[in-house]
Amino acid sequence: MKKTIAGKEVDVNEEGYLTNMSEWNEQIAAEIAAEEGVGTLTDAHNKVLQYLRQQQAAGVALTIRGVGKSGVVTIKELYDLFPGGPLKKSSKIAGIPKPVGCI
Amino acid sequence: MKKNLLILGAGTAGTMIANLMNRRLPANDWQITVVDRSDAHLYQPGLLFLPFGHYSETDIVRKTADFLPKRVVFKQAEIDKVEPDADGVILTDGTTLSYDLLVIALGCRTAPEETMGMLGPKWGENIHDFYTLDGARRLREKLETVKSGRVVVHLNEMPVKCPVAPLEFVFLADTYFRERGIRDAITLTYVTPLSGAFTKPKAAKKLSHLLTDKSIELVTDFVVEQVDQEGDKLVCYDGREVHYDLLVTTPTNMGDAAVRRSGMGDDLDFIPTDKHTLQSKTHRNVFVIGDATNLPASKAGSVAHFESETLAENLMRHIGGMPLLEDFDGHSNCFIESGDGKALLIDFNYEHEPHEGNFPFSFGPMKLLEESRLNHLGKLAFRHVYWNVLLRGLPMPGISRHKKPPTW
Repeated sequence: MKKTIAGKEVDVNEEGYLTNMSEWNEQIAAEIAAEEGVGTLTDAHNKVLQYLRQQQAAGVALTIRGVGKSGVVTIKELYDLFPGGPLKKSSKIAGIPKPVGCI
Repeated sequence: MKKNLLILGAGTAGTMIANLMNRRLPANDWQITVVDRSDAHLYQPGLLFLPFGHYSETDIVRKTADFLPKRVVFKQAEIDKVEPDADGVILTDGTTLSYDLLVIALGCRTAPEETMGMLGPKWGENIHDFYTLDGARRLREKLETVKSGRVVVHLNEMPVKCPVAPLEFVFLADTYFRERGIRDAITLTYVTPLSGAFTKPKAAKKLSHLLTDKSIELVTDFVVEQVDQEGDKLVCYDGREVHYDLLVTTPTNMGDAAVRRSGMGDDLDFIPTDKHTLQSKTHRNVFVIGDATNLPASKAGSVAHFESETLAENLMRHIGGMPLLEDFDGHSNCFIESGDGKALLIDFNYEHEPHEGNFPFSFGPMKLLEESRLNHLGKLAFRHVYWNVLLRGLPMPGISRHKKPPTW
């Protein structure tokens, strides 16, 4: 489905995750971050978002262990940056799919 | 001189591929050897039922050799490492087995040592798992003693073998405690690092009620930093805590230790594998099947079964110098116990999330993504299909390795 975020029409799924990561930009990230209660994005947030987008583009499955070992951020810091649901929120703001189970 | 097909692992995947290749490779030209540390074959789906006393151990353990063709050489040995640049596998007794073609089917294992505090004095006392025969056996004994308190079922991190099993466990536990008349004295909680018990939109919409109907508490986005054995609680990285009297955990899953010793795996010792051809990403005469791969598919027997058909074809193509089939679509199909003698059936692949419909074909008697007694009977009947049809690599009518797309 289509949704207008930060003035741009993008494709999203039922839960508001971008389905085409190339439609993403920083304004979109900022608006989703506000919706998710993450607040203003800082450099620390942006480093995580860039890392997630690089991993996604390389076809690497997103896991909390992988992020924790990346050297970009520890798992504790990830929770501080994206309180409540670090992976689901960071992936939504980064414009990539949510990590899921099989059902 | 004969050529050697060497298969590492005699679990579901290794046994199926040995049977399929036995029929394809002429005995005059090829020797097929299978190596495994154990001479017993475990029907792993049975581990879910064992703690509730539904199965006995004799129902779920058989002799490995009984499921391998006579011509296949079975070697019970511990593997030290693979040397893929030298086309050899070294066993811990120092023997080297050389190969022309290698299939790695070493599966995965639980690694409770990966989580701080999980393996401590109370492991096996009030912290249990059901992913090993020993674990499931001890959990059965423990459950019999439970009369009240907080029972917490926990998924540590993805990916795990049979990823729905922890959720099935919590459904079966609800039924089990109700049948014993003590359900009111017990709080049942499901703790997951994911955003929900069901994370895919169609399944979440259709099935989320199962938890509320059964009064199962749900704790999401919970990544365990440590198990506090003194306080009997799980502690999340963000400081949240979940107290338990009995913890049934699904520890981190990792590939076989031999994969790490061989330097062939990723962070979790899973082997980088082409997701459509099943060829190793680094060595052309090495193929990987089942839980040992890093594929973004479920780690499940049905996946290994669908993979085995693609793999058998690709091994023959590799031998014949033909291009490999880019054929495996991530197809997975499984029954999910939902308690009260009912089960769900799901069918999905890399592209399509679990959806509604009929199975097998598009008109079969079983309903997808819906609770029914028939699905539960299907799950129970499957044990016989496993031993007699699936492991032997015989065709299963109406079930194709290619997922049938949803029909609406």
